[in-house]
Amino acid sequence: MIRVQIPYHLRCLARVEGEVTLDVPAPVTVRTVLDALEACYPMLAGTVRDHDTQRRRPFLRFFACEEDISLESPDTPLPDPIVQGREPLLIIGAIAGG
Amino acid sequence: MSKVRVLVGTRKGAFILTSDGKRDQWQVSGPHFAGWEIYHMKGSPVEPDRIYASQSSGWFGQILQRSDDGGKTWAPPGGEPIPTPGPPKPISNRFAYDTSAETGAPLTTHMWYDGTQHPWEFKRVWHLEPSLTDANVVYAGVEDAGLFRSTDGAASWQELSGLRGHGTGPKWQPGAGGMCLHTILLDPSNPDRIYIAISAAGAFRTDNGGKSWKPINKGLVSDFMPNPTAEVGHCVHHVAMHPSRPNTLFMQKHWHVMRSDDAGDNWTKISGNLPTDFGFVIDVHAHEPETLYVVPIKSDSLHFPIDGKLQVHRSRTGGNEWEPLTNGLPQKDCYVNVLRDAMSVDSLDDCGIYFGTTGGQVYCSPNGGDNWKPIVHDLPAVLSVEVQTLP
Repeated sequence: MIRVQIPYHLRCLARVEGEVTLDVPAPVTVRTVLDALEACYPMLAGTVRDHDTQRRRPFLRFFACEEDISLESPDTPLPDPIVQGREPLLIIGAIAGG
Repeated sequence: MSKVRVLVGTRKGAFILTSDGKRDQWQVSGPHFAGWEIYHMKGSPVEPDRIYASQSSGWFGQILQRSDDGGKTWAPPGGEPIPTPGPPKPISNRFAYDTSAETGAPLTTHMWYDGTQHPWEFKRVWHLEPSLTDANVVYAGVEDAGLFRSTDGAASWQELSGLRGHGTGPKWQPGAGGMCLHTILLDPSNPDRIYIAISAAGAFRTDNGGKSWKPINKGLVSDFMPNPTAEVGHCVHHVAMHPSRPNTLFMQKHWHVMRSDDAGDNWTKISGNLPTDFGFVIDVHAHEPETLYVVPIKSDSLHFPIDGKLQVHRSRTGGNEWEPLTNGLPQKDCYVNVLRDAMSVDSLDDCGIYFGTTGGQVYCSPNGGDNWKPIVHDLPAVLSVEVQTLP
């Protein structure tokens, strides 16, 4: 199972607490994880990526194994610790400083 | 005894205020959708416990919420969690401009603040207008300006593209808040007639259920435009109508309070003795179609009341002659604004008037504006106020 951490407001919207676990068919990529997330939680469709362009919303970032993978292709395979469920994929809301 | 339910949208969530017909003691529920911007909530006139809410965020985009129990519980229509992937479900938060050859219109550009052309992009739902006759039908006015309709209780949306496809889109431009379609008025005597207003494009009317639209801006004067009397481009802030007189419209424009008695074909200025005719809200008494309410705001550069004195102004003559209403409103050091969808009226025998401020107060007058009292003092900035009168 793939573990995903989503921001507070999306957890409220999906009515989940803590991490979300998803059954994601191979290859495990950001795209296939988001496909599974939106399939299980239809209310999240459009909140992480645009409905039509499928592009990441500008104020959200993706982290895997302490690396920022936001700018990588959504079809890049995710690292083994994510695929094996040892580490969660993090979806983080960008925070403005100041 | 009748009750009232006040639906308040704020920058940080939704609140529902309820009282009996005396409108003296209030119960406050909320925040619902805490932390999200709630641009608008409105109940169905057919099934008052069905309430639609526009929930949005700069991070996560647009969400539509619906309650079928008067605001006690909410859910995105069609968005219930499912344990395993199943058949596709309707998507309640997808507002796709219709560019299809069959029913759509090409996606044009619109004018940007700097005078260049800018792509037409969906940002949020500003206003929800439930049908007068069918609880599953609801209209949504969106930014960038467009009109959408749902026939399945907000589970899915289709654009009425004839408006955006009117052909003048490249001349429309955003007001300070964005290029929003903020007013939707359904004619109770003619289901094919709808009025809408866009900041800053002006007012439009359809007489065929949304297939085609005509600008209805004759008589409006906007000095910020190269041609102040142009067919489109006017910054209309809000339009109000009394249901018994659907051909008579009242408008609070960027500057000027206006009136039309021919369904918007011609407008005349009714600012009269107002201390300033800049403002955002305008509304009509529930039982007196010639009694109007506005909240004068100092200027387009100074969005607060004159001299720190919050005043509602009432005209009992359909405009031109206005009286300040101040009893119970702060008359010093008040520098709030009242946004375009933040005034509403109930339909009790002694008509109640309500408005919310960017300072987080919601005021109620249970007697047509003579006396005011805050229902709440310290909410987040109020974006919208709608009132339901319940049996």
